[in-house]
Amino acid sequence: MSSFRNLVGALMLGAATILGAAPAQAAGPAITLPDTRFSFEGFFGVYDRGSLQRGFQVYKEVCSACHAMRQLSYRNLLEIGLTEAQVRAIAATFQVVDGPNDQGEMFERPARLSDRFRRPFANEQAARAANNGAYPPDLSVMVKARLNGADYMHALLTGYRDPPAGFQLMDGMNYNAYFPGHQIAMPNVLNPGQVEYADRTEATVDQMARDVTTFMAWAAEPEAEKRRAMGIRIILFLIILGGLTYAVKRKVWADVKH
Amino acid sequence: MAIGLHDSTISNPVIRWVDQRLPIFTMMQKEYGTFPTPRNFNYFWNFGALAMVTLMIMIATGIFLAMNYTPHTSYAFDSVERIMRDVNYGWLIRYVHMNGASMFFIVVYIHIWRGLYYGSYKAPRELLWILGVVIFLLMMATAFMGYVLPWGQMSFWGATVITNLFSAFPIVGEHIVTWLWGGFSVDNPTLNRFFSLHYLMPFVIAGVVFLHVAALHITGSNNPLGIDPKGPQDTLPFHPYYTAKDSVGLVVYFIVFAFLVFFTPNMLGHPDNYIPANPLVTPAHIVPEWYFLPFYAVLRAVPDKLGGVLLMFGSIAVLFILPWLDTSPVRSMRFRPIAKWALFLWGIAFVVLGWAGGKPAEQPYVLISQIATAYYFAYFLIILPLLGRLERPLALPESIALPVLRGGGPLPAGAMAKPMEKA
Amino acid sequence: MAETMAPAKAAHGAEGSGETRRDFLMLTTGAFAAVGVGVVVWPFIHSMNPARDVLALSSTEVDLAPIAAGQAVTVMWRGKPVFVRNRTAEEVQAARATPLSELKDPAPDQGRVQRDQWLVVVGVCTHLGCVPLGQKSSDPRGDYNGWFCPCHGSHYDTSGRIRKGPAPTNLAVPEYSFTSPTQIRIG
Repeated sequence: MSSFRNLVGALMLGAATILGAAPAQAAGPAITLPDTRFSFEGFFGVYDRGSLQRGFQVYKEVCSACHAMRQLSYRNLLEIGLTEAQVRAIAATFQVVDGPNDQGEMFERPARLSDRFRRPFANEQAARAANNGAYPPDLSVMVKARLNGADYMHALLTGYRDPPAGFQLMDGMNYNAYFPGHQIAMPNVLNPGQVEYADRTEATVDQMARDVTTFMAWAAEPEAEKRRAMGIRIILFLIILGGLTYAVKRKVWADVKH
Repeated sequence: MAIGLHDSTISNPVIRWVDQRLPIFTMMQKEYGTFPTPRNFNYFWNFGALAMVTLMIMIATGIFLAMNYTPHTSYAFDSVERIMRDVNYGWLIRYVHMNGASMFFIVVYIHIWRGLYYGSYKAPRELLWILGVVIFLLMMATAFMGYVLPWGQMSFWGATVITNLFSAFPIVGEHIVTWLWGGFSVDNPTLNRFFSLHYLMPFVIAGVVFLHVAALHITGSNNPLGIDPKGPQDTLPFHPYYTAKDSVGLVVYFIVFAFLVFFTPNMLGHPDNYIPANPLVTPAHIVPEWYFLPFYAVLRAVPDKLGGVLLMFGSIAVLFILPWLDTSPVRSMRFRPIAKWALFLWGIAFVVLGWAGGKPAEQPYVLISQIATAYYFAYFLIILPLLGRLERPLALPESIALPVLRGGGPLPAGAMAKPMEKA
Repeated sequence: MAETMAPAKAAHGAEGSGETRRDFLMLTTGAFAAVGVGVVVWPFIHSMNPARDVLALSSTEVDLAPIAAGQAVTVMWRGKPVFVRNRTAEEVQAARATPLSELKDPAPDQGRVQRDQWLVVVGVCTHLGCVPLGQKSSDPRGDYNGWFCPCHGSHYDTSGRIRKGPAPTNLAVPEYSFTSPTQIRIG
């Protein structure tokens, strides 16, 4: 079995290389994120539809004042359990720029299903000008763009504290326990009862942070449910095929003395 | 060879008609049907076939991705996100391609390890080995350019750092970098040419793979004992024995691959690459993809810019002359009690380099990288040349089949208790 | 080395049952593998079908108010021109007076319009996909005062029906609805 041992050894060395690389990404001042349980974690995780809809409400009423989600279109909201009539009504409340018309001018019209989410600012410069020089990043793939993105988002949104004694907070900055360097331009925007949930869930800060994180996780990986469901079927298929193939191999090699 | 119709042995009249004029069926039969293959392969010998399959997967998924990708700095990131969201099964094709790159390197690293352990680089397979190193280099170039295409932060800064390596060369360095960029920074011309070359390179790789396999079929395969087959009793026809065995490995490989794609598709990637490229802000901690980390550590082990670049290229260049550095006539490490441990230590040094390459460029990681780099080179340049003269290898078996058929043979029990177990 | 032996191949002939079992196993495995390959091929093929954003963009709104009687506009819908024509009473009359027996692709004009004066058709010749002439007043409108395709000489009438030439069918009527008396949404 020495060759097999070699193979296992080689695979483990390879795995060690990969795992060795991973913690490097967290380098910098170590901040441990609290591990939050989400509905969409694990092999069988699905996005809680109620949480998604509440999360969209938080995004729409709070975040979208500064943060764009330019990869999303209103039609995507059909996937979070809203009906077409609801989504059409939501889209129609936003004015988007279209054109040019026959006079050669751009004009505003109510958004349709096929339109992308309306952006709060026309461009990065406008966003910075309105936000004291800081650029509120696009949130479409934010959960994929941070290590442990969902945990990080939830921690960040619930992580506003009074700065510890002696901490030098720069002008216009806010103290956050989980932001790298602890100084964040974004103020605390979630206060108890900030939104009034349509389903009467109590809008605690933790609840709102959890819901909007779920919404952002879905926005970053809308395919995740389909992907995992497909993965389970494909791996089961491959395990059966592997058994059959191994049996064939045994039969073929049965004649060879070894 | 006589001019005229090929003397085909195929009975089906249609296939026979083609085969007489273009004997591809005879060739397939000869190279993959009856091809005499040592009977004692272990599962390490799956990895060549796995690499071939991975190359085909990469080409197929790449062609379909290119149908929806836009190589322009303003659209590249969004076009990738559109593939992920709107293109039917686009997420699947992209995740297979993205993780396929990692799988390709895992497979090739094991394949190279196999070659190092069983001495597959030694005469008469020197050219076979060199072609393999060429494939490895082409793979690295292809993977690097492919990583630039999504135009995220790591794409942009990876491209900037790696192309800047060439600026280390005196006098011509700056000109080379400007030429590579097609401008004064990594920008749209760079993205366009990288896309073009990224599309081209896999076909070049396929060409060199063909040569690699052609050379293999001249010398025949090495085997775990490292001794040549002496007659038909030592070999088996490739089909069905090794087609069956490769199929088993292939399915197991697909299970690992599927697990990555469907459950942890972004584990081997870097989160920063989901931030659109920004030429004004460098990420706090930039690292290349994991498969480049050992070489990245070699680069950073040297405090001198040109020295680091030369050493990094040297760490691959040394593989080209390996067949002549290893002076021992014994191929398989099974029979080389000292060299075996020297090689295991080399494997550890390589993994340590990979680990250190992912750490920030500060102590103690730099020192660790330096020690590992020193051993990496010492193994090839000092240990192997010396061991060939100093080491006393164990007795080789008389033939591949003998220990099996006679139930024992002149083998030391410890070295290979059951040599055919995995065969 | 060209000569190889296939060890113990011959030994099989004697064991009939072993052979059958092996064949059955091979067949099952082969069938499984074939299914697997089939399943893998589908995502690639389907990825070339219209993507979701393409499907979502399939509606266009047209303001009818500025189109005078006898005039026509061309709007873009799904990457193709759509002809919207405000027909005069004579044009409607001409279309309706034509007996169906004279038509190559018989269809009554009433079935092709929602409101008598407004004809909405996809402006792509049903022969080989050229865009027929007839939208501008200076264009030739063919022998039937509708549209004329310059590529291979198909003539369409004031209902967009094929009357002469190689095109096999009438100009297609897209799905559309009146959102108001002066506005339609196509798609």
